[in-house]
Amino acid sequence: MPVSLTNSSLIYNTLKECDIRLLSALPETWLVHLIRLADEDPRMVLVRLAKEEEGVGISAAAHFAGVKSAMLMQNHGFLASINGIVSFAHLYKIPLLMLISYRGSLGERDPWQTQGGNVTEPLLRALGIPYAFLDAAESVKKRTRQAQALAESSLQPVALLLTRDLMWEE
Amino acid sequence: MLRVECLRSIYSELQECLVVTIMGAVAAELQSLGHRSNFFYLQHAMGLASSTGLGLALCLPDQKVIVFDGDGSLLMNLGSLTTMARYRPSNLIHVVFDNESLLSVGGFPTATNTGTDLAGIAAAAGVPIVTTVRTVESFKAAVIGAREGSELTTIIAKVEATGPAAYVTGLSLIENRFQFSRHIQSLKQR
Repeated sequence: MPVSLTNSSLIYNTLKECDIRLLSALPETWLVHLIRLADEDPRMVLVRLAKEEEGVGISAAAHFAGVKSAMLMQNHGFLASINGIVSFAHLYKIPLLMLISYRGSLGERDPWQTQGGNVTEPLLRALGIPYAFLDAAESVKKRTRQAQALAESSLQPVALLLTRDLMWEE
Repeated sequence: MLRVECLRSIYSELQECLVVTIMGAVAAELQSLGHRSNFFYLQHAMGLASSTGLGLALCLPDQKVIVFDGDGSLLMNLGSLTTMARYRPSNLIHVVFDNESLLSVGGFPTATNTGTDLAGIAAAAGVPIVTTVRTVESFKAAVIGAREGSELTTIIAKVEATGPAAYVTGLSLIENRFQFSRHIQSLKQR
């Protein structure tokens, strides 16, 4: 499977450096290494979800408890989480660090991913969610730290879009 | 059985717990008995009260967490039962007030009114202890038993579809949220 282990490890180590101690996740192809790394790490609480929206409640609770967390999801999982984002994270000013695999963008070969790719950025903009791309190994650490800093200072969700260029080795 | 009488019967037991409620009648009735800084009312995001309770229970294993859920809210996030059962934190009590109704929007019947058995679903999801109660006395006994026990428990409380005259209270959502998080920080500093 050509999901980049090198860059998945880079992202995981960056999350650890950001003091992330809880990850919620629902598996998707690009996230398999990240989820396995979390699962094998005794110092990480990995919460495997049935649906991504649950992760909003989990991360809000972690924030209340003083635990730094992040959410791993596919962009379709972001679509499935929107009510939770609006009526919990936005309504109650909850910082969320959302790592979203950006399926359905340039290079996508799976037809079923393409419609979600079309609407991901327009929806992030419509919701007023600041976002940036993780698209090159050199900038992963800096952008992740910056996203976490903004989420915590603004008390709102911030998204990092994991791109094909970073996650996939062809 | 009235939900507010259930809440009244265990109100004094809630002092040492972290409490998460759903929106609507549950939040308004608990506030009518007296708000405390350890109560968080999730006034929207239907379905996520149980997820929030799970997150608190996992992050704060020394605290007892009690969620006051409802049939309408839980039916919107049945997957949460499977996630709770997967991690089955011993410090989480999941109460579901089942009035078979979406009361606050006019009393439309939910699927529990037409035969859906939330206790059966919770047990089949893997929640280790599931009980159904129909009297205030048995409700109180079930909650106290779960608090003193050491297994994830879901309590289905069959209540009447009646509620308070108003749902909006004087407590702002944001004030409640920051008060609750400060309460937890103060616990950690003890």
